[in-house]
Amino acid sequence: MSANAIAANNTIRLSVESLHKHFQLHLQNKTRLPVLSDFSLQVSEAECVALVGRSGMGKSTLLKCLYGNYVLSEGRINVHFDDGIIDIANTSTQNIYYLRQHIIGYVSQFLRVIPRVPAIAIVMEPLLIRGIAQQQALAKAQDLLHRLNIPESLWSLSPTTFSGGEQQRINIARGFIAPNPILFLDEPTASLDAVNRKVVIELINEAKHDRSAIVGIFHDEEVRDAVADKLIYLSESAA
Amino acid sequence: MKLPQLNTQPILQVSGLAKLYGINRGCQDVDVDLFPGEVLGIVGESGSGKTTLLRCLSGEIEPDHGNIIFQSSHGEALNLFSVSEAQRRLLMRSELGVIRQNPRDGLRLRVIAGANIGERLMAVGDRHYGNIRQSARHWLEQVDIQTDRIDDYPYTFSGGMQQRLQIARVLATRPRMVLMDEPTGGLDVSVQARLLDLIRTLVTELQLSVIIVTHDLAVARLLCHRLMVMQNSKVVETGLTDQLLDDPQHAYTQLLVSSVLTP
Repeated sequence: MSANAIAANNTIRLSVESLHKHFQLHLQNKTRLPVLSDFSLQVSEAECVALVGRSGMGKSTLLKCLYGNYVLSEGRINVHFDDGIIDIANTSTQNIYYLRQHIIGYVSQFLRVIPRVPAIAIVMEPLLIRGIAQQQALAKAQDLLHRLNIPESLWSLSPTTFSGGEQQRINIARGFIAPNPILFLDEPTASLDAVNRKVVIELINEAKHDRSAIVGIFHDEEVRDAVADKLIYLSESAA
Repeated sequence: MKLPQLNTQPILQVSGLAKLYGINRGCQDVDVDLFPGEVLGIVGESGSGKTTLLRCLSGEIEPDHGNIIFQSSHGEALNLFSVSEAQRRLLMRSELGVIRQNPRDGLRLRVIAGANIGERLMAVGDRHYGNIRQSARHWLEQVDIQTDRIDDYPYTFSGGMQQRLQIARVLATRPRMVLMDEPTGGLDVSVQARLLDLIRTLVTELQLSVIIVTHDLAVARLLCHRLMVMQNSKVVETGLTDQLLDDPQHAYTQLLVSSVLTP
């Protein structure tokens, strides 16, 4: 693991306090499924934390809670600003929209494709939402798609018919195009070949250089070793 | 990195709203705020009260109880059912728009396309023929209808085109809030996809606040920031679209989400 000198100068960007998460399945005999119990975590600027653990230990669930995609059963998820804190688990929807547009990026394994929308437009969108001019957004999207080896002939097509690896690279380009102070990565390299895996490692390290606080799940050890400063082990929930 | 300074003045504030036709028929106990630029979806099965709620919000039917406060462009907070009838009608023709499931209910089929758009403009005081014509052309273009169809009657249009014309007619007066009742219902899937794409683009470009009734969760996922689930006249769950669909809390929402067939 690369010891990261920058992380020593640590400004906390994200802190998770006593997070609990269980699922209540009303339709399946009201089963109560505990997943995460009393989980806490701090992530600094320019730091990458990797979540490690067997399948089913709640790594993806944790990331989804952090992004506000899943509802917490208990706990706080604090995003630290210079002048205060927003608790994602307990804030207005207006604040969540803002955080997702300007502060927090999330790259999952799967692209949710919108029919009829070309790949390049999907990649540009996060910049346009932030009010960046069309030309500038386009140039940056083209640059990223080149780096991720997506052939130009595909840019104007909807990714509906793309291969799994191509869709994932569109997703990565969309996730990295706008700088995010906080970034969540759920297996960003899952279906990529070695060449593209290297590009993603570069992108992650560039984001760290731009002081992003990153939490990720990386099954690929080569990727994990190249980007992670700290490993957090998730084991059997005691809930 | 500084805390965001957000405008937290809702464009619409609904509190304690009820309109009942019988026990648990209609809608009751509805509290909801809508913010500028926000798209809110109302989902639930037929008979859950979605359309009744929407018709109260558009000023078409008077609720039994509750308040609907609309923030006008002049900065006044107007209670939809305590302003005069004339004022409410003007509001519905200008700042508020309603897009109906069946375009035949929202269009005048025996009036040419251009005049369907012009009519709403004239209702808000536009009198210059050239300007109205110009504006009609502009809105036809916005909804992908060839401008040479401007003098054709809507009954010569396909269902999808009629729906796009209805959208053009409503948007021509630059409403700030648009209410849509199953706008893609009854259209075949390829037409539906095109219409959804159009609605998505226009909503973002024009920064519209929208309330959309749909029973199609895929449509809701694509268009809405936030969802409200109704069952037997009551709101059972509200949340961010992805949160509500991926981690539904209420038993009924879990049933709704797990019942969707994915091709």
